[in-house]
Amino acid sequence: MTDLSPLLDNDPVVATAGTDMLADSIEQQGSTVFRADWQPPHPDTAAALARLATDGRMAEANAAAVDRLLAVRPHLVDVRIARDVFAGMSERTLFHAGPPIEWERASGPMRGAIIGAMLYEGLASDPDDATARAARGEIELSPCHHHGAVGPMAGVTSPSMPVAVIEDGAGSGVSYSTLNEGLGKVLRYGAFAPEVIERLQWMDRVLGPVLGAALRSRGPVDLQSLIAQALQMGDDGHNRNRAVTSLFLREIGAALVEGADAPVDQRLEVFKFVDGNDHFMLNLVMAAGKLGSDAAAGVTASSLVTVMARNGTDFGVRLSGTGDEWFTAPAPPVAGLYLGAFTEEDASPDIGDSTITETVGLGGFAMAAAPAIVGFVGGTAAGAVRRTLAMYEITLAEHPSYQIPMLEFRGTPTGIDAGRVVRTGVLPQINTGVAGKVPGTGMVGAGLVEAPIECFVDGINALAASVNKS
Amino acid sequence: MISRVELFPGRYHDSVRLMQASRALQDVPGIDDALVAMATELNLSLLEDMAFDMAAVAGAGTNDLLLALRGEGEEAITLAHQVLEDALSHKAAPSGGLDAPDPKTVGTAADAGEANIVLLSVPGEHAFVEAMEALHTGRHVMIFSDNVPVEQELLLKQFGADHDLLVMGPDCGTAVVNGLGLGFANAVPPGPVGIVGASGTGIQQMLCLLDDAGVGVRHALGTGSHDLSEDIGAISTLQGLAALDADPSVDVISVISKPPALPVAARVRAAAAECIKPVVITFMGETTLEEGAGEVLAKLGKPSVRYASWEVSQDDHRGGTVRGLFSGGTLRDEAHFVAMPLLGDIGKREGDSGHTFIDYGDDEYTQGRAHPMIDQTVRIERLAAAAADPSIGVILMDVVLGFGSNADPAAELAPVIEEAISAGSAVVVSLCGTRGDPQNRDAQASALHAAGASVWLSNAAAAMEAARLATTRTAV
Repeated sequence: MTDLSPLLDNDPVVATAGTDMLADSIEQQGSTVFRADWQPPHPDTAAALARLATDGRMAEANAAAVDRLLAVRPHLVDVRIARDVFAGMSERTLFHAGPPIEWERASGPMRGAIIGAMLYEGLASDPDDATARAARGEIELSPCHHHGAVGPMAGVTSPSMPVAVIEDGAGSGVSYSTLNEGLGKVLRYGAFAPEVIERLQWMDRVLGPVLGAALRSRGPVDLQSLIAQALQMGDDGHNRNRAVTSLFLREIGAALVEGADAPVDQRLEVFKFVDGNDHFMLNLVMAAGKLGSDAAAGVTASSLVTVMARNGTDFGVRLSGTGDEWFTAPAPPVAGLYLGAFTEEDASPDIGDSTITETVGLGGFAMAAAPAIVGFVGGTAAGAVRRTLAMYEITLAEHPSYQIPMLEFRGTPTGIDAGRVVRTGVLPQINTGVAGKVPGTGMVGAGLVEAPIECFVDGINALAASVNKS
Repeated sequence: MISRVELFPGRYHDSVRLMQASRALQDVPGIDDALVAMATELNLSLLEDMAFDMAAVAGAGTNDLLLALRGEGEEAITLAHQVLEDALSHKAAPSGGLDAPDPKTVGTAADAGEANIVLLSVPGEHAFVEAMEALHTGRHVMIFSDNVPVEQELLLKQFGADHDLLVMGPDCGTAVVNGLGLGFANAVPPGPVGIVGASGTGIQQMLCLLDDAGVGVRHALGTGSHDLSEDIGAISTLQGLAALDADPSVDVISVISKPPALPVAARVRAAAAECIKPVVITFMGETTLEEGAGEVLAKLGKPSVRYASWEVSQDDHRGGTVRGLFSGGTLRDEAHFVAMPLLGDIGKREGDSGHTFIDYGDDEYTQGRAHPMIDQTVRIERLAAAAADPSIGVILMDVVLGFGSNADPAAELAPVIEEAISAGSAVVVSLCGTRGDPQNRDAQASALHAAGASVWLSNAAAAMEAARLATTRTAV
């Protein structure tokens, strides 16, 4: 027997979607009404959405998936060498950002980073040789995301590079990322000049071993705690990582002094390198995100977005309920501000795995926490807040730890629901850097970009097809 | 062409502000290249790439601001300095509030207000997804939209029944919940009657008749017009019936439906018989709403009443068939049921011959238009056409008042009714409204009556009058 007493015993409070006339007539009776500014879903998704609603499992599946995403406790435990942690990584394997890509279709910065990594690994004698070898297929390219890893911008990860190891303090997951090289002419932006290669060599010779030793001596660094604090200090976790990097130095400082078994000048070099790079922690924030998104993967019927990633050619999305499948669309251009004399003309389309931050409630989704970078939108602090507020429409949860002071410490909008993206047309907002399109250029600017709707449209249709089968 | 590199030690600005300033400088007339940035290694290398003289920045550190300009002459350089100062001292005008953007889905809107009812009037093909989401988040749903596939209606109602949630609709035009009218609803004071109805205008007629008899209504739970079909099996009607039976504020229950599927009707009767409270069943095609209202009054121990009417003798009309111009589907069907014994066959569509009662609220006549209870354009045009058609003697029409309906229907209709009557037609109006309705029932009735129409609160009485006028005139 149904019990409708809560409906009949209480004063009704009504939310409406559709014709304003019905909402108006409720107001005419002196009652408050909550109106949705409803729009039809993307035309290519109406049937899929109905099928998913008929199946009925999506709501619970999404709740389960986002719970998994929020349950991880990312701990930075070690720094090791890529070839030692990635099973099956050959000496000719390079991981890269975004969905799968081959040399022929690779963007300028991606090619530049591949060239740089080949020079660094000794797989080519000079840039022309590297280009020729890559074009002949001598290099195996594979997305970072297929290996529990993430890399910013080109994201190129080669066997000799030191990688940070992030373990789940509350589970069994592990994720990885390279270490951040700094800004400007760096590999991840597609630069491969001798200084770039020299820096990479210093990173595997000094930075990796010293940091690894310090970490092993002090024990795990709780990244979630650092990120949570940093959001309250003006970071968004994507385009601004100044606070979290400072916090990390405090965490690791004593261990660098006494725990790292290395000459004092090396320890000082490491301290200065981290201190001098406002984005040092970006890669680790990303790996923390990857840990959560991998934990959320594989829930049948879930439309939770587990991956958004770009390779400079394609923007790719994966959903929890559609397994390893990528849904791709052309990577969009970035609207932003440019360094020096660079302009939009010099920019490569959107690139990098760093959108993992937006996937887990950071970056553009936490823009309200980072008024210092609102200028990228040509915007205002209030605009940054509105940008974050808009993301609650398409997300499944509010992050229990990542809070925004400006919003009365409301949790950041976390866990993108591809279903709500196609229903509302509200697109994930991404804060990002911009790479030069000519290989070897490096960073040319930073700005904002929206994820292309086509990825979500295709994802929802594939999800609907998958529930039909199961 | 001159170039200038300057250093401002200790003057810090964040990099975003400086990038904006650089961009502003590049737009200064006469300036070809500009860089303003903190003197980091990266920015110094940019400076070098831009082929500026590096001597001026020797020994610069990251806390020093560097400015590099290349332009046509001193004038441009001076202007650039002004632009830079403006850009770096830029004070944003106070911006708008921090309000959240308007909710885009009804789920978000409902969350914002902690709503317990979601009212949907989105196109029928999209209603299911929104309704299912509302149910998943524990909200009752009223679906005003029509054209929702029956299998989707069944899923929604089964889910609701399993989760103590009521699904009103699809195609639910009217509901009253704890005194709040939803959709097309008349203003009624709270009272001892609870209605569950698979008919929007059926519920409205019941509300109006009881109101005229001085009896209020606590709840009127719409169920949507398909609820008593075999496919749906009266899921919402049975839920509503049980809920009203359990509600201590309700003394008598009225169940209303368009003609139900017979096995389903039997199930509803059986459930009604199980109820503790008296239940009055009014199924179209069996009894009239006036009779149903009378039974409800009797169960309450109230005397029967003569419902309001504003009559005028039109026995001298020109003779001919009856043309019914309705906005309410149930009002049309009831008129058909009442008039048929006197008139014989009655058509349903435009183009049918003989007596014809048409529901202009049907999809067929509302393409691209608001419902005729709101937009009377089509009915006014057909009223004029009927007056000009010598084969038609009597025009019968409903006028439905209440929340959601046209603000002053009589004002639009009266001049056309006057013309029809001067052309020899008789005009009979079924006026569905309460004294509390925003349009003022009695003023509407007076205006229609003054135009020459015979006005009846009871739809059945109006239909009977129209049939009588047609048959008595033919008989003469």
